[in-house]
Amino acid sequence: MNTANGAVGTARPRIEGKAKVTGAARYAADVPMPDLLAGSVVLSTVSRGRIRGVDVSAVRDMPGVVGVIDHTNAPRLNPKAGGFFGPDGQLRLLQDAVVPFAGWPVALVVAETPEQARAAADALPVTYDEEPHDTAFTADHPAGRPALTIFDEPVDVGDVEAGLAASAVVVQERYRTPEEHCSAMEPHSATVWWEGERLEAIDSNQGPFTIAATLAALFSLSLDRVRVRTEQVGGGFGSKGLCGPQLILAAMAALRFRRPVRVTLTRAQVFLATAMRPATDQLIRIGADADGRLRAIWHEPAFEISPLAEYIEGCTELTKTLYAAPAIRTNLTAVPLDILPPGSMRGPGAVPGSFALESAMDELAERLDLDPLELRLRNEPPVGPVSGLPFSSRNLVACLREGARRFGWDTRDRRPRLRRDGALLIGTGLAATSFSVGAFPSSASMTAEPDGTFTVAIGATDLGTGARTALTAIAADALAVGIDLIRLKISDSALGPAWPAGGSRGTTSWAWAIAEAAAKLREQDRRGTVTVDTGQSLGDLPSLERHAYSAVFAEVGVDPATGEVRVRRLLGMFAVGRVVNPLTARSQVVGGMIGGLSMALHEEGVRDPVSGRHVNADFAGYHIASHADVPDIEADFVPDYEPGIPLGIKGAGEIGNVGTAAAIANAVWHATGVRQRSLPIRLDRVLEA
Amino acid sequence: MTDDHRSGISLRVNGVTHRLTVDNRTTLLDALREDLGRTGPKKGCDHGQCGACTVLLDGRRVVSCLTLAVAAEGAEVTTIEGVEHPLQAAFVAHDGFQCGFCTSGQICSAVGMLAEHAAGWPSAVTADVSPDTPPPTLDAAEVRERLSGNLCRCGAYPAIVRAVIEVAG
Repeated sequence: MNTANGAVGTARPRIEGKAKVTGAARYAADVPMPDLLAGSVVLSTVSRGRIRGVDVSAVRDMPGVVGVIDHTNAPRLNPKAGGFFGPDGQLRLLQDAVVPFAGWPVALVVAETPEQARAAADALPVTYDEEPHDTAFTADHPAGRPALTIFDEPVDVGDVEAGLAASAVVVQERYRTPEEHCSAMEPHSATVWWEGERLEAIDSNQGPFTIAATLAALFSLSLDRVRVRTEQVGGGFGSKGLCGPQLILAAMAALRFRRPVRVTLTRAQVFLATAMRPATDQLIRIGADADGRLRAIWHEPAFEISPLAEYIEGCTELTKTLYAAPAIRTNLTAVPLDILPPGSMRGPGAVPGSFALESAMDELAERLDLDPLELRLRNEPPVGPVSGLPFSSRNLVACLREGARRFGWDTRDRRPRLRRDGALLIGTGLAATSFSVGAFPSSASMTAEPDGTFTVAIGATDLGTGARTALTAIAADALAVGIDLIRLKISDSALGPAWPAGGSRGTTSWAWAIAEAAAKLREQDRRGTVTVDTGQSLGDLPSLERHAYSAVFAEVGVDPATGEVRVRRLLGMFAVGRVVNPLTARSQVVGGMIGGLSMALHEEGVRDPVSGRHVNADFAGYHIASHADVPDIEADFVPDYEPGIPLGIKGAGEIGNVGTAAAIANAVWHATGVRQRSLPIRLDRVLEA
Repeated sequence: MTDDHRSGISLRVNGVTHRLTVDNRTTLLDALREDLGRTGPKKGCDHGQCGACTVLLDGRRVVSCLTLAVAAEGAEVTTIEGVEHPLQAAFVAHDGFQCGFCTSGQICSAVGMLAEHAAGWPSAVTADVSPDTPPPTLDAAEVRERLSGNLCRCGAYPAIVRAVIEVAG
């Protein structure tokens, strides 16, 4: 890999930085459009049942109303359309009278202005025949059944029962995490219109190509008749990975009214109708010898799903790889309920899973009277403890040691409830983490322009990850030219197949395609145009344990009078492969840690057991961390390199979230002497403990 | 044109006066975005809970989603498009944003906050609020408290605070 001119590895502000600080950057709802209609979505208010009637006559004559689309007149959608998990029932909007959860779209009201559409949507009478619902998640729910095994499949190596029986110390505890919402600041918005026979869309999503492919399948159109663009995306965190209701409903309206239609979800609708992280309830048993060597880990998480759509909250990913144990058993249980279909939220599976695993490891250290850092060091595996495969690169120990040095861990007294700062109880805690690494097929094209510049086109997208800036640097180095000669085109499904921004695999997948395209263009003396697809070369990647690693250290202050927990210090050391842009990569991992802090202390979707409805669907009721909750955060990178992946990069989008909640919960124990096994660590939970 | 539901108003935005007729229910945010094409202010929640729509009204920061357009008549409205402030370069240099959706609100809010501080306003974390005491130094705790009405889900808070402190000098 040519890195002679070193754009990769150099800190650089974002290419679109000026546009974002002057208001010039355009997000999906900002794009001007002549003759635009506004669509306002109506969501079901009941958790299960059938629509008895939608009284369109009550709103038809309201000012500006153009029409109402509901299950009686909506275009028929292809029931086979779906995604990663197969056909997806949550995409089949307005196809029948069935209401599967509270928040299910039941109508779209279309009018000349947003105010008129909203007023008519608010006034639209929808009646239901309610049926009994079940939204109460428990791990032993009778409807629970094994989760799909596409990934994070159950494993059983060694003899777990014998290992636990022979252990000097066994931790057996349950850890719970609530429903959590991605809460990107930009509500989902789509604008759809017809250009001749082609459906054009501007939509806030995480991958225009996959979204276009799903949209085409839903409406039974050939892919060349659908184009989805996404210039700027106001965050996704998983919630914009699917073909969202805003896009499907706007497409229906554009089809019916033959005018451009914009559908923007309200904040409440984002909570009620776009992907959330499912609640989890995880039983963990860990046994160890008196000297802290693990004998067995048995991790049994349950999570909730919707019968509409399969999903896997892969909570046991870390359990299979992080520590050496001769016996490891995992199995995932999915509990179908009448709820919003859960989906990926930043660090899916690994985030709740690591809260359980790393809390349990801290409890084990406590019962062994061993430094929790030392416990991790004593259980470094030489090869994958389940897979038996070698590690491609494993720098967890470097993260732990360097983090401990910077944090001042050496002087820590591990006994709890000993330190005070005035009235506050002070404690520190840590967690170790990993996050799987890989790449998916993507295409890219490169053209040498007559003016000496190079156009690099790839169906990538930049949710705020810094992808635009990173890919420009990668292309410049790959072509061995300056970054000012690179003209990057992204965010357009017409640029060809590309993996979306997700799974911490965006940059690795796109960089791979760009590197291959550059190599090919250089073979032809940097002339003409080349197009590549990485499907073949990805298949050649040797199967190894490939992970990014981090160690997170937290210091908290707990007010014993109010139960308030505040994070005073947070430090993360990361091994994320080669760092493409230290400035933006640091922002990403710091942002992830803040997501973890927010999960630890604030975030909780609350359901009313009687109605089954989500009752805190706004930022006053569903708290996310604000400025005042967040201390200055130190994050840095240890030297790391991923062999086999171009440029040695791993991906840094999600690992920041993983581990932070456990580090904070462990620090709360160290401060108070009481374990917090349910998130968030609310004031009442601290006071009542 | 004025009737029961609509009013003719003039709005002065970034130094330019616009005549427009608005639905009386129209918020200042919607008038700026939908009628005047000033899409810098963002609609993150429409409930005054996130701060992404923050603009300056006669130099004071307000959430434009909770301000009716008809109530802004006669005031000088400044959106991010009309801001020229060292904070903007500082945000870029410190990487005080990722997705950028909250950024115009963060910057407008910080501009308004610096003016409040210069005028001697205390905050909830100011130790001494007696009238004769000079305004507190804008340290990290003060900046965090004063900007807490502006949410950022990407988690750019530490970089935003560094940028603001650098500019506040």
